[in-house]
Amino acid sequence: MKTPLLEFTSKGIYCSIAKVYLDPWKPVDKAIISHGHADHSRWGHKAYITHHRNVPIILHRLGEINVSGKEWGETFFINNVKFSLHPAGHIIGSSQIRVEHKGEVWVFTGDYKVQDDGISTPYEPIKCNTFITECTFGLPAFKWVAQKEVFENINRWWSENKSEGKTSILFGYSLGKAQRLLKYLETDIGKIYTHGAIENMTQVLRPLIDFPKTTLITRDTKKEELLGNIVLAPPSAHGSTWIRKMVPYVTASASGWMTFRGARRRRAIDKGFVLSDHCDWQGLLNSIEATGAEKIICTHGYTEIFSRYLQEQGYDARTEETQYEGELNELNPTSKEEVEA
Amino acid sequence: MKNFAQLIKTLDSTNKTTTKVQALANYFSVATDKDKVWTIAILSHRRPPRPVNTTLLRKWASELANIPLWLFEESYHIVGDLAETIALVVPATKSSTEKTLTQFLEEMIALKKKTDEQKKAYLFENWKILDYYERFVFTKLITGGFRIGVSQKLMTRALAKSTAIDQDILAYKLMGNWNPDKITFQQLILEENESDYLSKPYPFYLAYPIENEIANLGDINLWSAEHKWDGIRSQTIIRNNELFIWSRGEELVTDKYPEFQALVDTIPNGTVIDAEILPFPNGQIGTFNDLQSRIGRKTISKNLLQKVPVILKAYDLLEWKGEDIRNRPFSYRRDLLEKVVKSAALNVLQLSKTMYCNSWEEVAKEREQSREVHSEGLMLKRKDSPYLVGRKKGDWWKWKVDPLTIDGVLTYAMRGHGRRSNLFTDYTFALWKENEKGEKELVTFAKAYSGLTDAEFRKIDNWIKKNTLERFGPVRSVTPHHVFEIAFEGIALSSRHKSGVATRFPRILRWRKDKSIHEANSISDLKQMII
Ligand SMILES: [Zn+2]
Ligand SMILES: [Zn+2]
Repeated sequence: MKTPLLEFTSKGIYCSIAKVYLDPWKPVDKAIISHGHADHSRWGHKAYITHHRNVPIILHRLGEINVSGKEWGETFFINNVKFSLHPAGHIIGSSQIRVEHKGEVWVFTGDYKVQDDGISTPYEPIKCNTFITECTFGLPAFKWVAQKEVFENINRWWSENKSEGKTSILFGYSLGKAQRLLKYLETDIGKIYTHGAIENMTQVLRPLIDFPKTTLITRDTKKEELLGNIVLAPPSAHGSTWIRKMVPYVTASASGWMTFRGARRRRAIDKGFVLSDHCDWQGLLNSIEATGAEKIICTHGYTEIFSRYLQEQGYDARTEETQYEGELNELNPTSKEEVEA
Repeated sequence: MKNFAQLIKTLDSTNKTTTKVQALANYFSVATDKDKVWTIAILSHRRPPRPVNTTLLRKWASELANIPLWLFEESYHIVGDLAETIALVVPATKSSTEKTLTQFLEEMIALKKKTDEQKKAYLFENWKILDYYERFVFTKLITGGFRIGVSQKLMTRALAKSTAIDQDILAYKLMGNWNPDKITFQQLILEENESDYLSKPYPFYLAYPIENEIANLGDINLWSAEHKWDGIRSQTIIRNNELFIWSRGEELVTDKYPEFQALVDTIPNGTVIDAEILPFPNGQIGTFNDLQSRIGRKTISKNLLQKVPVILKAYDLLEWKGEDIRNRPFSYRRDLLEKVVKSAALNVLQLSKTMYCNSWEEVAKEREQSREVHSEGLMLKRKDSPYLVGRKKGDWWKWKVDPLTIDGVLTYAMRGHGRRSNLFTDYTFALWKENEKGEKELVTFAKAYSGLTDAEFRKIDNWIKKNTLERFGPVRSVTPHHVFEIAFEGIALSSRHKSGVATRFPRILRWRKDKSIHEANSISDLKQMII
């Protein structure tokens, strides 16, 4: 039996012909990176290849690394294997990785969403034979509403808190979700304050995207000046003394997990907004269909359930264990990045 | 329905009691009288009988959602709530109905007698005209059991706020059997009734667990020690030849314990006793397990009365000859109580005896005996203490026995619910047992899903995914490898359990990374803990 174009090894997804890894979780010589989240872009590889919009992100996160940036759709060959990056719509600079050899095409999605969020280049379906997909929210219970509606709710919530003289604290992952929230906050309502982790990442992205003005919270920031305004904070800040100093405040989280009534309560958060940077159930099914792929490999999320459903729909679908974490970080923010922030 | 769904949403999205009371009070001041009666009924668990069984609900919901039944079941397992799952998977719609809560409930009552085809048509029609949250509430009304943290107490507080009627009187008005379909708000709540005042209990005085060394409490002679019985804390009121039993949840439970009616004839009017309701099978104090069979029942059969009779273990006297004596010292109240119990001379009324100890060491020794007499530990009360209101520190302390512990092997795992639904966090543990051939095998003895840190759960989850032996739906069997110390409060023989033993409140105490599975305990070790 011939070796598949991409294999799942103990270090990551591997192309043995090109001797290159996709989003490896162990240090390797050459890695193609889908996007800047910690579980997909790890430290310690000798060479990184990624989309040029992701370059400032991973340089900021990983420090001095050897990285080269590519354009959307720009092809590059490694040992006769043809590679190209295509928008994944997940966060700024997030790509799907297309791999072609002798007429056979594989696509690895990294993380993706089909909804256009206005700041990440919108997702494009890519025709392929084998589609390696995440399925973080691969259950029919997950259905996203248009982000316009979600942001209207968020801004209304902020206004209500303001009228009660309280500070609004909104939690979102410091890379991706925080900037998406920032982009659509209504600056007529009040000022936007940021936690250091979010401020730093946003500064990195300002040259690429136009964001509203933010004010970093420092030791000298008086809690009185926060009243009526909004604070963007990473989920790891929840329950910290940093937050508790801001009383009176109201907290909210924006995540796909807020679909579940219990999720908000278990985290002791006052309000939950359903807003995700991943596909919902129908989004996954539609994109799979659009690729025309006959083989589907599910990496992270509800992989077993999702692949069983795909099998019943006539796909040759299977599950592969990886070390990607899905949106879990938003609920259990103990990734290195968040802790250090 | 819009009003009611909004109310449930508000109640469900706050942990603050004051916000809940305010939301309810607001609702009670705008809702129609009929909707109010139904709301009170639903929040006090008096919903109409379930019109559609859950098997059909699941089948039809998966049909409308256009997904296979197994996928619906998997989603249900992860979401953890049937009505929520249904509301999520069926196609999203906008609200387009002005039907009231009362209309919906009347339809549901009528629905019970209809054919399956008619029921299905009714559900499809309504699932399609309600928005997500209304759909959830509508389905919840069918499946029953709103668990949204609204106690009877909270509801009476809100009603008191909007009607200006005393809370305890409202609690009395709401007790017993009344039919929301027949009664009006005027009859249920507003009409004045002299007997309402008779049942009024005093707030319970509750103790905190002891924090420091026991000897720091000072001179032993200032303190009184007694067992902390493991039943239902209650207040027994005898006034105007009537008996009222209140549970600590401030619910009237008089009807559930007919054996206490005898107190009315022997104890003078104007008496209130703080006591524990305890099971007393075969003339001995039983376990909480025994009492459980009495708690859940609406009607108590003769057979059950014989099998699990109950008694009152009296702790304290709060009212005597119609006078509130809570400010008198505990020792004074106890002396009176002893006389009352003695002169009543009833089998169902026993004294919770205080201990004669000359030193804290002796008290500590008594505590060690707690399990043998089926008590949870000791109560320490200052002899000069008044009977306070609510949970207070200083005068009373509880000193529970340490939990029992045993080392078990992780054998099965299941996904958690909600935020943990991506992780395997619900575990089954086993102990060693010798089979007929004399070989050692692992036998399941307890399930537990709390006690580890998130980081530990993630580690074990990762390990489980790599060490799965077999899959049974959502459950996986795993290679026996990890040992955990399991703590539990009580233990009793049980034929319903494979191990032959039932444990109470099992939880994970710690991960014994230092132990191999051969160092885990056996079923016979566990059985030796039974007294
Ligand atoms: Zn990601
Ligand atoms: Zn991911």
